[in-house]
Amino acid sequence: MEAFGLYNYWIVIFLMMSGFYVVIARGNLVKKLVGLNIFQASVFVFYISMGKVAGGTAPIIAEGVETYSNPLPHVLILTAIVVGVATTALGLSLVVRINEEYGTVEEEELAGKDPAE
Amino acid sequence: MAATIFMVVRLRNLFAVVMLGGIYSLLAAALLVVLDAVDVAFTEAAVGAGISTVLALGALSLTTSQEKEPSRRPLYTLAVLFVVSVTGAALIFGSLDMPLFGDPAAPIHGHVADTYLAEGQAATGVPNIVTAVLASYRGFDTLGEVMVIFTAGIGVLLAFASAQAGRKPDDEVGGGEDDE
Repeated sequence: MEAFGLYNYWIVIFLMMSGFYVVIARGNLVKKLVGLNIFQASVFVFYISMGKVAGGTAPIIAEGVETYSNPLPHVLILTAIVVGVATTALGLSLVVRINEEYGTVEEEELAGKDPAE
Repeated sequence: MAATIFMVVRLRNLFAVVMLGGIYSLLAAALLVVLDAVDVAFTEAAVGAGISTVLALGALSLTTSQEKEPSRRPLYTLAVLFVVSVTGAALIFGSLDMPLFGDPAAPIHGHVADTYLAEGQAATGVPNIVTAVLASYRGFDTLGEVMVIFTAGIGVLLAFASAQAGRKPDDEVGGGEDDE
């Protein structure tokens, strides 16, 4: 069956949607960021799985190896991982600031609350 | 990985949630090794599972480590599940047009990748093609990546610096900028 060969996308879509669920269903801001990281890691796996060639090896040139996987998604995702941790750091620093200013990191308690002057 | 996410949804102890997030990253890294992306797996294990977890634990120590019990809103949860399912179904429908897993004739393999693999070592002297592309062919993009990290660092510093400036008397705020 031909459609079975698409299973890598379906696994990634399942993981991605689970991360998405954590992001929008949970009110705690730290948990939202963990969900965002789960979503992000799933996208990384998606890109890398597209670059995989059946029977290929890692794209490091060696004698006696003819088939290599595509190195381009690897380069893209290396950049994305580092940018991802930068955005995570910025998000967490904002969470800490919100906690300093409002005394809570729960979305429900934050709604309609002004900073304590 | 699915079990990890399930526990992330269920648990209210944020310390455990953050650690499970790290475990998820580590499992993703193992999966990347299987998919031939050793460099990416290395970075994901060090940065995704390591630094992100440390940063999140630091944030927890400055805030709180227990998630509060949410008010029961079954309708909202249903709506969220609906949105997530519809998005997932749309993505699966889209995946039906994608090339098969591991197909060497997929469009992604048809552009410059072959050139890099054939000439990369001779042109840059680096046998690892991922390094050759990252540092040599696409070196300016990597410089841009460094700028992004720098900008994020400035953002983090500003988020905290403005808080300290806000606590000072008004006449000190202007002169205090140079010291920080």
